[in-house]
Amino acid sequence: MTPHILTRSLDRAATTFILVVAALGVLIPLSNLLLPQGSLFQVPTYLVALWGKYVCYAILALSIDLIWGYCGILSLGHGAFFALGGYAMGMYLMRQIGSRGVYGNPILPDFMVFLNWDKLPWYWYGFDHFAFAALMVFLVPGLLAFCFGWLAFRSRVTGVYLSIITQAMTYALLLAFFRNDFGFGGNNGLTDFKDILGFNVQAEGTRAALFFLSCVALLIAFFICRAIVTSKLGKVLIAVRDAESRTRFLGYRVESYKLFVFTLSACMAGVAGALYVPQVGIINPSEFAPGNSIEAVIWVAVGGRGTLVGAALGAVVVNYAKTFFTSGPLAPYWLFMLGALFILVTLLLPKGIVGTYNSWRETRRSAAAAADEASAAREDGVAAPKMAE
Amino acid sequence: MPVMDTRATSAMLYLDGVHVSFDGFHAINNLSLALEPGEMRAIIGPNGAGKTTMMDIITGKTKPDEGTVLFDGTVDLTRLDETRIAELGIGRKFQKPTVFESQTVYDNLLLALNVDHSVKGTLFWRGSKAESERIDKVLETIRLTDARNRLAGSLSHGQKQWLEIGMLLAQDPKVLLVDEPVAGMTDVETHLTAELLKQINKNHTIMVVEHDMTFVRELGVKVTCLHEGTVLAEGTIDQVSSNERVVEVYLGR
Repeated sequence: MTPHILTRSLDRAATTFILVVAALGVLIPLSNLLLPQGSLFQVPTYLVALWGKYVCYAILALSIDLIWGYCGILSLGHGAFFALGGYAMGMYLMRQIGSRGVYGNPILPDFMVFLNWDKLPWYWYGFDHFAFAALMVFLVPGLLAFCFGWLAFRSRVTGVYLSIITQAMTYALLLAFFRNDFGFGGNNGLTDFKDILGFNVQAEGTRAALFFLSCVALLIAFFICRAIVTSKLGKVLIAVRDAESRTRFLGYRVESYKLFVFTLSACMAGVAGALYVPQVGIINPSEFAPGNSIEAVIWVAVGGRGTLVGAALGAVVVNYAKTFFTSGPLAPYWLFMLGALFILVTLLLPKGIVGTYNSWRETRRSAAAAADEASAAREDGVAAPKMAE
Repeated sequence: MPVMDTRATSAMLYLDGVHVSFDGFHAINNLSLALEPGEMRAIIGPNGAGKTTMMDIITGKTKPDEGTVLFDGTVDLTRLDETRIAELGIGRKFQKPTVFESQTVYDNLLLALNVDHSVKGTLFWRGSKAESERIDKVLETIRLTDARNRLAGSLSHGQKQWLEIGMLLAQDPKVLLVDEPVAGMTDVETHLTAELLKQINKNHTIMVVEHDMTFVRELGVKVTCLHEGTVLAEGTIDQVSSNERVVEVYLGR
């Protein structure tokens, strides 16, 4: 009687979203690789990398929408999970440089040689294997989120208090990663990458492939989120968001639900970061900056909280605007514009772009239904009796 | 304590010598109360008498400073949290109707059903015929069959109260704690609610907190009057309302 988990999760907006992402994921790389350079429809390589970045941000936005839009957990530190995933990938890419570094050390990355370290710290072991690094991309953010969430949700830290400690968490990581002796390249972070799985990270083909994979990851993340929010678990999440203690009195272990989505969301953010790093070519501690996490929350608010599609859309729209404005004469004013955008959206479009569109369609549909009823009644020559509520 | 043992085994809900204070204010003061299985009890008392705090203690929201709270004669409720207590079979309706406003009436009841409440269970949940039949039955009992697909937030105040009672029914607890079910209801709705509670009482133990004396009279059950966190009087509504101290407390001294 309930439809299958895969078909149930598809409505019109979701289907449109999947088709658009799939089309872009295939067409952009193809046009970049197959069409002659300079042709009207050829997407230049720099744009492929730029859009690849947007797609990674869209995954991060989805992960935030899952916990904020559906479960009411406002994390202002999700950039930390994104950055941790990015660092895990960055460590793999550093180990791939091998003896091609400036100092030519086959094992130690340049910054370690520079710091006069004579051997690799234990936590860098294993990162020369892609599979290990890929596992860490999930595991490190997931584990941190699990421990953090276990403590916070069990102690019933909610609302603004939770938001503040997530900020503190990402800030603490920012400070730690800035330190040279922490072993992750300090201020400069990890960069000068050469190969990923044997392919040159700078090559057009690799960039196109990374873009394609980012789109695939976005679709998988979207499917997982849709499957969750359309399941009974999704209803419980919304129940927690709207009336947490009521949910508890019904016999739901609220902290388990929060812990589950929070950890899952952190893993998704980690994957986003891991795909981001090879496309932008660098990961440094500034990714942990509290402002980054707040910006990501703004994307979700602009696109429409609790709509998934809106979160992804918001990430792309805001970042496109950011690219547009920061590359022109308006660059110094971007942060003011971002702030203004957040205020305007909160005041004028509290449901975000997609949320507002949805309710506009809803009112139009019910108005149309009412008009139909009225005209039908007129044709019958009798007024339809009004049903008393 | 042999006395406690004999009484505790027969009572569904048993409170003895319970104390709670918040920053020096004694909200509950040596409160003792026993609810027999299958009983419906009305709790009255002026504002601040400790009625809601008592429900908080029973459902695990507030921990008493001292005293015994036993469920079913054996389970010590003071050691358990809200979720565990709900799972044991104590359901609660809040003073202010709290339903999940952004979800449909049907989904509200679905969430309340006493089925697997684990993360895994809800993630891979597939509806069953038995479940939807149970929900249909509850919808009929609370007269909301026609509103099943409406958002709970769009219901009238009285309908929300009923929906919350319906959620208690779907939860199918052994004991229902009902806090001010008829607050803000019309006379007709109040009457229907009394009928509804009487019907539910056929196979559930109920504790109702209510200010509305007409409603309490209509229930026709044993009444306990609380004042300053302790039992002031107990008996039929006529006995209690003719009790001098009760009159004094209600009318002011």
